[in-house]
Amino acid sequence: MIRRLWKRFIQYLDPVLMAALGLLVLTSLLVLYSASDGSWARVLSQALNILVAFGAMWLVANMPLHYLLRSAVPMYVLGMILLVAVALFGDISHGARRWLNIGVATVQPSELMKIAVPLMMAWYFEKHEATLMLKNYFIATLLLLLPVGLIARQPDLGTAVLIGASGFYVLFLAGLSWRVMLATFVAGVASAPVLWSMLHDYQRHRIQMLFDPTQDALGKGYHTIQGMIAVGSGGLLGKGYLNGTQTHLDFLPERTTDFIFAVYSEEFGLIGNLILLGLYLFVIGRGFVITANASTYFTRLMAGSITLTFFTYAFVNMGMVSGILPVVGVPLPLISYGGTSMLTLALGFGMLMSIHTHKQLVKT
Amino acid sequence: MNRRVEIRNHQREIYYFRLRLALSLGFVLVMLFILLGRFVYLQVVRHNYFTTMAENNRISVVPIVPNRGLILDRNGVVLAHNFSGYTLEITPSKVDDLDDTINQLSKLVSIQPRDRKRFKKLLAENHDFESLPIRSRLSDEEVARFAAQRYRFPGVEIKARLFREYPFREETSHLIGYVGRINDKDIDQLEEDDLLANYRGSDYIGKAGIEQSYERDLHGTTGFEQVEVDAGGRGVRVLSRTPPVSGNSLELTLDAKLQQVAEQAFGSYRGALVAIDPNNGEVLAFVSKPGYDSNLFIDGIDTDSWDALNNSPDVPLLNRVLHGQYPPGSTIKPFLALAGLYYGTRTATQTVSDPGYFTLPGSSHLYRDWKSGGHGTVDMFRAIQQSCDTYFYGLANDMGIDNMHSFLSRFGFGKKTGIDLEGELSGLLPSQEWKEKRYHQAWYPGDTISAGIGQGYVLVTPMQLAYATATLANDGVAYRPHVVKAIERDGHETPVPQPPPIDLHLKPEDIALVKRAMVAVTKPGGTAVSASAGAPYPIAGKTGTAQVVTIKQGEKYDASQLSERNRDHAWFIAFAPADKPRLAVAVLVENGGHGGSTAAPIARKLFDYYLLGKVPQPLPMVQDAGGAEHD
Repeated sequence: MIRRLWKRFIQYLDPVLMAALGLLVLTSLLVLYSASDGSWARVLSQALNILVAFGAMWLVANMPLHYLLRSAVPMYVLGMILLVAVALFGDISHGARRWLNIGVATVQPSELMKIAVPLMMAWYFEKHEATLMLKNYFIATLLLLLPVGLIARQPDLGTAVLIGASGFYVLFLAGLSWRVMLATFVAGVASAPVLWSMLHDYQRHRIQMLFDPTQDALGKGYHTIQGMIAVGSGGLLGKGYLNGTQTHLDFLPERTTDFIFAVYSEEFGLIGNLILLGLYLFVIGRGFVITANASTYFTRLMAGSITLTFFTYAFVNMGMVSGILPVVGVPLPLISYGGTSMLTLALGFGMLMSIHTHKQLVKT
Repeated sequence: MNRRVEIRNHQREIYYFRLRLALSLGFVLVMLFILLGRFVYLQVVRHNYFTTMAENNRISVVPIVPNRGLILDRNGVVLAHNFSGYTLEITPSKVDDLDDTINQLSKLVSIQPRDRKRFKKLLAENHDFESLPIRSRLSDEEVARFAAQRYRFPGVEIKARLFREYPFREETSHLIGYVGRINDKDIDQLEEDDLLANYRGSDYIGKAGIEQSYERDLHGTTGFEQVEVDAGGRGVRVLSRTPPVSGNSLELTLDAKLQQVAEQAFGSYRGALVAIDPNNGEVLAFVSKPGYDSNLFIDGIDTDSWDALNNSPDVPLLNRVLHGQYPPGSTIKPFLALAGLYYGTRTATQTVSDPGYFTLPGSSHLYRDWKSGGHGTVDMFRAIQQSCDTYFYGLANDMGIDNMHSFLSRFGFGKKTGIDLEGELSGLLPSQEWKEKRYHQAWYPGDTISAGIGQGYVLVTPMQLAYATATLANDGVAYRPHVVKAIERDGHETPVPQPPPIDLHLKPEDIALVKRAMVAVTKPGGTAVSASAGAPYPIAGKTGTAQVVTIKQGEKYDASQLSERNRDHAWFIAFAPADKPRLAVAVLVENGGHGGSTAAPIARKLFDYYLLGKVPQPLPMVQDAGGAEHD
C-alpha cells in the first residue's frame, strides 16, 4: 500500500535528476553552515526554502504538459503588468526599483519572468510551428526584449542577463538563422558605445572593474578581489571545512548569497570545484538528454532553454566570483541562500521532469 | 505528397534541432573548461600569491616598541632615562573641528597656549592620520577626568608611553643631545639604511649628540605581535609574539660631577671646555655654554621657545666643542716649538732677541709682539713661558708653512679627531696648496707669520685643541677621544673597542723641554700664574687669545674700548699633574680677554676637583651618587 503510494508519489519525478539536485542542495546546506559562521537558523531557513521549492517542483512535475502550455500567455501578461507596475510604483531598495508591495508581501516580478519569458516564447513558436518565418522570430525577440528592457532599467543587470540568455536559447533552438545572428552580433558590437552610454554608473563601474578590479581595491573592486583571494588561497585541496579565513574573518562580502562559491572554493579547493563542476555538468547533461528526447516543438524549446539557463546561472556566478565576469548579482544555482531563486530553479526542473515523464507515459 | 513533405520536414527539423543542441553542449563544455582553466590559474598557478594576500588580510603585525637604552656617566649617574606617563593624543583626521575639540579638552585637562602652539607645529610637520600629542605627562587626576568624558571625543586618546628625560638639562645638552619625533627626513634616512622596519611603531629618534650618534645601540629591536584580525580590523587572537629587545644602555666616559664643576666654573661666561684623560682618550667633561634644555625638544619644541633659542645672540644651540671654530692663538706655540725642534729650525738653547716686533727682510711691516718693548733675549723655554710672539714669528717664518702644516696635522690640527659623535668640524690648518685651492691665491710670507701665533687662517675646535693637549701630555701618544666607554647588552657590559693609540715618535727630550716650559707658564714669570697658585700638584699650561676683531696697524688693543662681544676669546690649555698627567683640558672663554685671567681659573677648578676631590660649591644634582673617587 505504502509502496504503491510512494510509487505514485514519485512517478513523475526523474530519479537521475533528483539525485543530482539532492546532492547540490545538501552541498548548499553544508556550505551555508560555514558561510553563516555556524548559524543553524540560516541553515534551517534554507532547508525550508528547499522544501518549498521541491514541493513546487513536485507539483509542476505532476502537471500535464498542456497545463504548462496554457499557462504561458496569462503568466507572461501578468508578469508584464507587474513589471510595469514596478516601474511606476515599485519600492526602491539599494538604489534599484525591483520590488512591488502587494500588501501582504513584497514580490519581485522579474523572478516570475525567468519562467514566463521562455515559456511565452516557446508557446509562440509552437503556435506558429508550421509557418515559421523571419517575422515570427522578430516578434519572439520583441516578446523577449520588452521584459528584459524593463528589468535592465530597474536596474537588475543579473536578472536581465539571465532572462535575455534564456530567451536567446529559445530563439537559437527554434532555428534562428545563423545569418541573422551574425548580423545582430555585428550590429551589437557596432552599437556597444551607445549601449555603454545608456548604462548606469554602477554598472559601468562593475564592467570597468572586470578588466582591473585592483584599481579600486577598497571600493568597487573589493568584492571581486576578496572573492579571487578566497578562491586562489584555497589552492588544490582547500583550507578545510569551516577553516576559510576569508570567510570566517568577514573579508568576503555577501558570502551566503552571491559569493557563496568563494566560501566553497576557499574551503574545498580545486578538487571541490571539480566536484561541483561535475555535478552541474551532470545536471546539464541530463537536461540535454531530456531535451533531445522531448516529443514536441514546445517541450524541446522549453527543456533546452531551462537547461541552458541553468548552465548560464552557474557559469555567470562562478565566473564573477573568480573574476572573469563582472559582478552582476547572480546567485549560484541551488547553493546560494535564498528562497526565490531556489523556487524559480525548482519550477524549471519540475517542468523538465514533467516533459520527460509525461512523454514516457504517453509512449507506454 | 503533402504528407510526405511534412514528415521529411519534421525529421529535418529534429535533425537541425539536435545539431543545435549538440552545438549548445559543445558551447557549455567549452565555457566550463574556461572556468576550470580559471580555477587552475587562481588555485594552482597563483596560489602562493593569493595565499599571501589572504594572510595579509588576516594577519596584522603590531609592533612592540622597545625601551630606549639609558645613558649613564662613568659612575652610574643617570643622564638620560625613560619614565612612563600618559599623553593626550589627537588624530586630526578623525576629528571634525580641531579647534573646538581642543577647547573642549582644555576644560578637562590643562592645555596652555604653548601646548597649542607646539601642537600646531606638529600638525604642520606630520600627516593628519597620525596620532599627535597635545599634552604630555598628564596627572592621574587629568587622566581620570578625561577617561570619564572620553565618549565625547572621538579621535582623542590617552596613551601610556615611555618618555625620555634628561635630568641635567642644559648641563649635558650638547653632549647627550635629544630625541625628537621621527619626521619625513628621518624616515628617508632610515629607509636608505634599511632600518625602517625596526622603527615601525617608534615615535622618537635621536636627533643630536649621543642620542643621535648611538641611535642604533639605544633604540633596540622592535618586537612584533602577529594578530589575527577580521575585516573590521578587530583583533581575534594573537598568533605569535616576538618580544622587543630593549636598547643598549651606554656608559659614558663623562664624569657628571666634573661636568657640573666645569659648568659652574664658567659662571656667566660663554665658551667651551673639553677634559680628556690623556692616558686613554676618555672625555671626562664636555661643556658648551650656554646650553639648552634638551627636554624641550622631545615632543616638538613650541615656537616661542624655539625662537628664543634660535635668535639668542648667545647661540645656545651651537655645540661649541665640536662646531665652534676659533683661532687657537698662542695655544699653538708649544706645538710649534716641538715642530721647530723636530725640523731643527731651532735648538732648545738658541736665543732670539725681541725688540717688541718682527719684520720680514726687505719689508717695513711690523709684526708686533703682545708686549710692547719686547721680551728681550729669549730661548724656546722663555718664549713659551712668556708667550713671546716675536720668537714664534721668526720660527714660523724659518720653518715654512708646509712644514708647519705637516707637523701640526699629526697633532690633529685641521683634521677631525674621530670622536664618536656626529658632525664634528675639522677646523683649518692652512697650507700653500689649500690657499691655492680655496682662494686661487699664492701663499704670502705674512700668512706664515700670522699662523705662527695661531692667527690668520688657522682655526681649531675646542675638541681638537683638547686632543692635541692630551697627546702632548701623553708624550706624543695619541688616543682617539671618545665619550662612550661601554655598551651594556642584556646586563653585560662590553667596552667599546678603541683603535690603537698613534705614537707620533717625538724625542723625549723635546717633549720634556716643552712640558717644562708649560709648567713655567703657571709659575711666577709665566702668563698664567694664577692657575697654579697654591696647587699641591704641578700644572702645565698655555694661554692664548683669539682675536674677534682685527686691530689695525699702529693701533693698540684696548679691552675697555671694545664692546664686550668684540673682546678677544680667551684660551687655556693645560694638563696636570704635569709629571704624570691624569687630565688634559682645553678651555675657551668667549670674549674672556686674557686666557690667564679667565680661562685658567676654570681649568684650575677642574683639576682641584678631579685630582683633590675639592668641590668648589655644593653640586645640586649628584650629591649622593658615587663616592670620593677623585682623591
